[in-house]
Amino acid sequence: MSTFWIQNARIIDPVAKRDAVGDLYISDGKFVATLSATAKKRAKKIDATGLVACPGLIDVHVHFREPGQTHKETIATGSRAAAAGGFTTVVCMPNTAPVADNAGTIQLINDSVRRDAVVRVLPTGCITVGMKGEALAPIGSLKRAGVVAITDDGDCVQSNELMRRACEYAKMFDLPIMDHCQDHSMTVGAVMNEGVMSTRLGLRGWPNAAEDLIVARNAILSEHTGAHIHLQHISSRHSVDIIRRAKARGVKITAEATPHHIALTDESLATYDTHFKMNPPLRTEEDRRAIIAGLRDGTIDIIATDHAPHTDYEKDKEFDFAPNGILGLETALPVTLAVLVRQEKFKLPFVIDLMTRRPAQLLGLPAGTLAAGAAADLCLFNPNEDWTYNAKAGFSKSSNSPWHGATLTGRVKTTFVDGKIVFAQGKIL
Amino acid sequence: MPWTRRHLLTIEELSLAEIGQIHVTATAFKKILGRSVKKVPALRGKTIVNLFLEPSTRTRMAFDMAAKRLSADVISLDGASSSTTKGETLRDTAENIRALGADMIILRHAAAGSPLYLSKFLDIPVINAGDGAHEHPTQGLLDTFTMLEHLGSLKGRKVVILGDILFSRVARSNIHALTKLGAAVTLVGPSTLVPHWFTDLGVKVSHDLRSALADAEVVMLLRIQHERQSSGHFPSLGEYTSMFGLNKTRASWLNPKAIIMHPGPINRGVEIDSELADGDRSVILEQVTNGIAVRMAVLYLCSGGQPESVMPATA
Repeated sequence: MSTFWIQNARIIDPVAKRDAVGDLYISDGKFVATLSATAKKRAKKIDATGLVACPGLIDVHVHFREPGQTHKETIATGSRAAAAGGFTTVVCMPNTAPVADNAGTIQLINDSVRRDAVVRVLPTGCITVGMKGEALAPIGSLKRAGVVAITDDGDCVQSNELMRRACEYAKMFDLPIMDHCQDHSMTVGAVMNEGVMSTRLGLRGWPNAAEDLIVARNAILSEHTGAHIHLQHISSRHSVDIIRRAKARGVKITAEATPHHIALTDESLATYDTHFKMNPPLRTEEDRRAIIAGLRDGTIDIIATDHAPHTDYEKDKEFDFAPNGILGLETALPVTLAVLVRQEKFKLPFVIDLMTRRPAQLLGLPAGTLAAGAAADLCLFNPNEDWTYNAKAGFSKSSNSPWHGATLTGRVKTTFVDGKIVFAQGKIL
Repeated sequence: MPWTRRHLLTIEELSLAEIGQIHVTATAFKKILGRSVKKVPALRGKTIVNLFLEPSTRTRMAFDMAAKRLSADVISLDGASSSTTKGETLRDTAENIRALGADMIILRHAAAGSPLYLSKFLDIPVINAGDGAHEHPTQGLLDTFTMLEHLGSLKGRKVVILGDILFSRVARSNIHALTKLGAAVTLVGPSTLVPHWFTDLGVKVSHDLRSALADAEVVMLLRIQHERQSSGHFPSLGEYTSMFGLNKTRASWLNPKAIIMHPGPINRGVEIDSELADGDRSVILEQVTNGIAVRMAVLYLCSGGQPESVMPATA
């Protein structure tokens, strides 16, 4: 085990509320308060002048496509993209092939993680058998197999009765339920936000109301059952309002926003570019502003990427026929910094908090801290470095990013997991 | 001003001057259609492929005929006989057609934006013959061509588009053409089929037939797409007819000289009273005839022809 002496970094630790230039020490895979004189002599020194040192980023919403869709991504490639983006813990969704609705599939995923992953990859399991929304999956066995939450991902449970029982049942195991909030009856054939742009483009619209209704349903069910429901990728301004009011009543819901929903709007769809097609869709400037306001006042708890790889040939289709989703892990930090720090003047430690301590707390993970004794998961990044993102040369197996070719500001330099360097100088080690 | 566009993808992107150029060129070609020999050699040696991945009779025949009048070789391919039913992508189908030596592709497709998509990687002209609920530019051009023949100018003239606007590419292309030509456009129909978002395109939205039709000089009816009915956009065809169908009483609210238009196919007794469809104010069949002249103009211009050279070249 190596010993590291990281010198002269701007250390941001949201847990300790620390934001100061100083040194960090890592020994035996953990952060330590200091090193002995002899250890210092032997330590690998890293000059971090001009860099921010923060806990490794945490993303509670990624799709690593394993098992079954490994032409898009694998745990090996996805975890490398995570490391390159400064993420040290990611939570992967269960919409694999087969779906992760039983302990055996979770075991399979965990085996791949142990063998192939370069960061911590935590699985989720399905709420219902086959993600069909008809009968509860073996949630207790899933928990025992190691899932950190249950979710039916894009196949939001439509039956209120079943969702109620899932809440009651999962609460027994202290398992959060993550929900992609979408009333399917209102979004048949929908491929983008319903509004002026969908009217102009002649594309089927996905109205805000289809999200708002399920967000409201979930707030009600969480209040009714006491279960923790986490609302995924909020995209609608009305949903932000519903969450704000529910939280004010003490309802146990949490919510996430993606970098793309705070950076982009449906105006980007003018040329039918499928790299702007995702679910929930990009919405209007008003919605974008409301989500940012929600992040500012704590209504929305965290940033999560919804990293959703698809191959070039799958995305290279008529807009109606292309799959939903874009990459997120390798661009999340610079895009979030651009919107929240540089445009919206959020304080940098607050934004780091949205991507570290808070997601850890949300799932009860022992991560998101630089405290002595904690596992040394660390991200070193230069907040001011400009670089051009080439998605085709990225670490993900796919390259479906709307930021391909864009100049981004803020670049991850080094990522540590368990006190080991997994990413440095643009390479996975 | 020379014509520079290679593709015709939307009317939204055309300038007023370009719409004028197409109309002028169509006027010249229309004269040819009245001759005993209706053919000119303008596109001799060119191969045009009609790639119709969604059913069509009128538009496909009109494009076919327009290309033949220009002496082009035409190959028509429909959805059922194309390899898309075997899982081939649109890109691969189009690139194969290009490799076979096509000089132009005319695309009809159920997915909005697909002609733009093709135009991004094909080095031959792409003509949009209707893409989903997005645009049907040649229809908008032939409709405004027909209106101009009757009204002279469209500036400030009251035009009503009545029917299923939400799912209509014809409506969108006409909205863009008409607003560029200065017409005052009102969209009418059930609120579920005429969402208020359309006002952003510079038109009025109304659900009151009487005030909308009052003194209108053009009323364009759009087919009620029964196939969408199951999704609950309106209760029944019967109720639609009783609330929004154009009958003689309602036609009497129009300007006495008003023309009645319909892009077809018409559903007699649903959106339009059968007698009105055949009446002397109906220009429905003129639209069809003009469709050939306008499409000849589009094929000619997008193949590199210039508006002013039509007559000398064909004299």
